Amino acid sequence: MTDGPPLEPPPATFVDDEGREIQIKRSNGDREALVEMYDDFAPRHRAQGLPPVGRDRIEEWLDTIEEGLQVVAWHEDRIVGHAALLAGADDHELMIFVHQDYRLAGIGSRLIRALLGYGRESGVESVWLCVRPSNSVAVSLYRSVGFESITSSKSDLEMRRNFEGNTA
Amino acid sequence: MHVLVGVCDTDNSFEALEATIERAREADDQVTVAVLDDPTADLSVAELRDRVRSVVTEVEVPTQIQDVDGDPAAKMVEMAEANGYDQLVLGECGRTPMGKIQIDEIAQFILFNAEVTVKLVR
Repeated sequence: MTDGPPLEPPPATFVDDEGREIQIKRSNGDREALVEMYDDFAPRHRAQGLPPVGRDRIEEWLDTIEEGLQVVAWHEDRIVGHAALLAGADDHELMIFVHQDYRLAGIGSRLIRALLGYGRESGVESVWLCVRPSNSVAVSLYRSVGFESITSSKSDLEMRRNFEGNTA
Repeated sequence: MHVLVGVCDTDNSFEALEATIERAREADDQVTVAVLDDPTADLSVAELRDRVRSVVTEVEVPTQIQDVDGDPAAKMVEMAEANGYDQLVLGECGRTPMGKIQIDEIAQFILFNAEVTVKLVR
């Protein structure tokens, strides 16, 4: 179902396609560095209203995201990528953002694999997400780690991936 | 200006209604509220209409309330065309738990098919 590196929980260190050393870690209390990344996020890479604009709204949004499982990618003293799983009533919603200076360098792929490994290890059974169908970089990333389409309209594609070993 | 605002049983709809009435008071707009039929809603149409009435009776803006049976999106578009409204107003449709905005089928149909200006209230 998947190709590429396995779904290993963090931590991990690797060199990205631009030769930068990137560390992937579980996140705990990296609020300042996260706000820095999102406050500098390029408007053209925002998706479906996220990340919010302005430090206050970013902080408020991160309060919600912090309830979930979070993985971050560090380059030197900066957070350059962030992915999270947030529990809902029946399943977990996934999101992932990579700073524009670090896109298309293999970081998203490592980050999402680390997050899914972390989720599987934590007993998560089912993960879903919604994405703009026109966001082909994101859609192919999700497919590459086993997500399959569940519903689709002109503006929304919903995808899901289950962890069979964790389902009752 | 004559404005048609669609309301169903969501907080976002009522925020859109309140914003529309506030604006109508300033701009001297006329407002018609379409009470939409959503089979999945907790409130019945009658309860929803009562809630709308309690919001609009507090203000001195000429407001009509009209029940709309059937497909809310198609009916809103039809009403706008048949009655010469200048603007259609909708509430923000919804967000995922993580905060991603989702444009639902009703908003999408109205945006694509209405011949008049559509306002989506944030």
